[in-house]
Amino acid sequence: MISITTTIIDVVTDNRVYDTYVISQNLVMRLKGPSAEHIFGLDEFGRDIFLRMLWGTRYSLFLGAIGILASTIVGGTLGAIAGFYGNAIDNIVMRFMDILLAIPSILLAIAIVAALGPGLVNILIAIAISYIPTFARVVRAKVMSIKDQEFIEAARAVGASDARIIFKYIIPNSLAPIIVQATLGVAGAILSIAGLSFLGLGIQPPMPEWGAMLSNARTYIRDAWHITVIPGLGIMLTILSLNLVGDGLRDALDPRLKN
Amino acid sequence: MAELLEVRDLFIRYETVDGVVEAVNGISLKLDKSSTLGLVGETGAGKTTLAKGIMRLVPNPPGKITKGEIIFNGKDILKLSEADMRKVRGKEISMIFQDPMTSLNPVMTVGEQIAEVISIHEKVSSKGAMEKAKEMLEMVGIPAERAEEYPHQFSGGMKQRVIIAIALACNPSLLIADEPTTALDVTIQAQVLDMMKKLKDKLNTSMILITHDLGVVTQTCDYVAIMYAGEIVEYGSLRDVFKNPQHPYTNGLFGSIPSLAEDVDRLKPIKGLMPDPTNLPKGCKFNPRCEYAEEICRCQSPETTEVKGIHVVKCFKAQGLV
Amino acid sequence: MHKYVLKRFAMLIPVLIGVTFIVFFILALTPGDPVTIILGDNATAENIAKLTEELGLDDPLLVRYGRYMLNLLKGDLGKSYSNQLSVADQILERFPNTFILAVAAILVALIIGIPVGIISAKKQYTWLDNTFMVLALVGVSMPVFWLGLVLVIVFSLNLRWLPSQGMGQGFMGILKSLVLPAVSLGAGSAAMVARMTRSSMLEVIRQDYIDTARAKGVKESTITIRHMLKNALIPIITVVGLQFGQLLGGAVLTETVFSWPGLGRFMVEAIKKKDTPSVLGSVIFLSVAFSIVNLLIDILYAYVDPRIKSQYKVQSALGRRRGE
Repeated sequence: MISITTTIIDVVTDNRVYDTYVISQNLVMRLKGPSAEHIFGLDEFGRDIFLRMLWGTRYSLFLGAIGILASTIVGGTLGAIAGFYGNAIDNIVMRFMDILLAIPSILLAIAIVAALGPGLVNILIAIAISYIPTFARVVRAKVMSIKDQEFIEAARAVGASDARIIFKYIIPNSLAPIIVQATLGVAGAILSIAGLSFLGLGIQPPMPEWGAMLSNARTYIRDAWHITVIPGLGIMLTILSLNLVGDGLRDALDPRLKN
Repeated sequence: MAELLEVRDLFIRYETVDGVVEAVNGISLKLDKSSTLGLVGETGAGKTTLAKGIMRLVPNPPGKITKGEIIFNGKDILKLSEADMRKVRGKEISMIFQDPMTSLNPVMTVGEQIAEVISIHEKVSSKGAMEKAKEMLEMVGIPAERAEEYPHQFSGGMKQRVIIAIALACNPSLLIADEPTTALDVTIQAQVLDMMKKLKDKLNTSMILITHDLGVVTQTCDYVAIMYAGEIVEYGSLRDVFKNPQHPYTNGLFGSIPSLAEDVDRLKPIKGLMPDPTNLPKGCKFNPRCEYAEEICRCQSPETTEVKGIHVVKCFKAQGLV
Repeated sequence: MHKYVLKRFAMLIPVLIGVTFIVFFILALTPGDPVTIILGDNATAENIAKLTEELGLDDPLLVRYGRYMLNLLKGDLGKSYSNQLSVADQILERFPNTFILAVAAILVALIIGIPVGIISAKKQYTWLDNTFMVLALVGVSMPVFWLGLVLVIVFSLNLRWLPSQGMGQGFMGILKSLVLPAVSLGAGSAAMVARMTRSSMLEVIRQDYIDTARAKGVKESTITIRHMLKNALIPIITVVGLQFGQLLGGAVLTETVFSWPGLGRFMVEAIKKKDTPSVLGSVIFLSVAFSIVNLLIDILYAYVDPRIKSQYKVQSALGRRRGE
């Protein structure tokens, strides 16, 4: 929502808000604490933290969501194929996923960014790849439990093709766990992006990404606590709400897990 | 004969979000030393709740004993502290639960599980407790060396034997068996029941046997209590209740089992279902299903009245009022 | 049991080959010529050719991978581009520090997470449970590095109780400097462990065998530990194992925040210097460590749950997958 609004503002004002308030510097006012005019205070270059955080949602949420969407599609398809055909294909796909899973996901993302260099697209690739195995596993498990049910047999009996069965019957029926996993995945992805940016491997200044903001803030930690604490709170609240939504969806979609 | 247990006017209810479940409603009963009482009723009649109430193991929340006394060996166990009550459980009163498949801890050896109750209640070393546990296993017909094994290595019947061994390990004066054979194969049922009866006689234990199987009652029990919707509707000696059933519900239970002696075309099941325990009918709780029900049954709850000697019933028809 | 352990070890080998393969190929994509990185911009063509030959950079990728693996088996991970020191030596010098940090964080996670989870489960839906679970959700949602920074602001800069940077000297010194990194790294895991402990305990809390134990007259505290927790342990162990992987990754961030001289920081610096052999070695080393932890967890299952021990062939692998 916020990221869409900021995009609209950018289009309407021809980037004037972005240029004048979000990335322009005002060194006289640097590191000033929260005030009525700038409710979250100003950062080390005198930029408004509140506005930077609003604009930052675009990177964090957008990148997180698109990255997860990509891994959902790739991982989901791989998982569906593995679960549907079983045997050799299942073995090959899942052993490959096992290998990817053996590398802690943030390390995998770091390795990919290290190889490709920092930047928006490369982060997206890193995030998408590191989440593929999770989705492959979730979808595979669900597909395996669905594929032997009678309505699949019925579809086969009337001559539906494999592709039709997968896309028309199996995927719609396995959506619930995918949605839950995707919500939680976006939360994880945002944390990963922020982490990468914090290490200086992600989104580069002056773009207002939350992790990058924290990375800069670290230098001024002795003088101005607010530029460290506030962006972090923003990340935390975003993740918290995504986790709440994910937990809520899981309870709603899978009553068995509810205690 | 000396009296071991007396339950007086016991009420137990569960307070849930869906309403108050009135599980046990004013139950009174007596049990003599070394005798066996059969507690008969359909699923949901409150039998298990009553049993757990006597053990003071009704889960709280949501369950609560709201009224009544349980006099065991002359003292009211509802007034005991939790610590004193723990000394009663397993030592004086033991309980066997319905499903042997889930009643043993899967991550402890069966020997450890029997030894645990012994070491809690008797002053023995852990080695001594294990010795005794092995003796108990032998007593229920399982070779002692299997004490090192885990529950998943035993069959259902064997597990129930282990549970019986746990229950009897400290020689309790009262054993409550909650449908001990329902989950077992028919052939195993007879074996287990037979063994329980022998052990009970040998150890001089009293028993409350909860069941919905009247056949089991005739084989093992001295007294019978018929339970319906949290009440005891009829009580008496085995002979009283079986030869001279008074309550329409008791009659209904007999009507719904096949008999070898008579040639019956069709069984006569009791029509209708057990009432919703959150919303019990007014008057006699059996009246919606009773073929003799009249106006009085629908507004007044019948008192427990004597038929002959200890044989009592809770019904207007038996009292001659209908 | 020995057969089981051996079998699991054997299953580890193809995974490790796959891991090295993937990481090697990803990093082979690194732009920039290593030779110019080593020799600088004004090297002579002759020197460049010589070094390219020496490093075998002209060979096809698969040949280079094969050579790398052969060296790896000898414990040789190549030399840093930046300082020409042995990568293996540098990793081994720093890994113990990361290991100490990860173990301390796991301890924090267990010491906080398990009791909180148990109390929450036993007092389900009370205010205490609700408070704990909200805190756990906050814990799961916090960026590791941000928590580290906040802890530094509070405990180092304001209260001046604990050091904020580096690793202290001597046992007490190390311990003091370990507190903040371990807490910030372990907090998220503690929250995960607490959530898993709670839901796993809730699953066993109403099992029939708990009634059996109560009917024996067992004390409530003994029931909680011996009958409930022991049965609830499998999913908890699974989470702890997975958290260990998270921690090895999170250590990269925590070590950066606290300037902790571990493998994570080494790796980040190596990335910035485009020192590919060091990055490759570190990622492979950490992934192997993670795989070994997973293997140990698998073996631990069999000790915790006798049902797995007796049918270990399929069950333990399935059990872990289910936990995820």
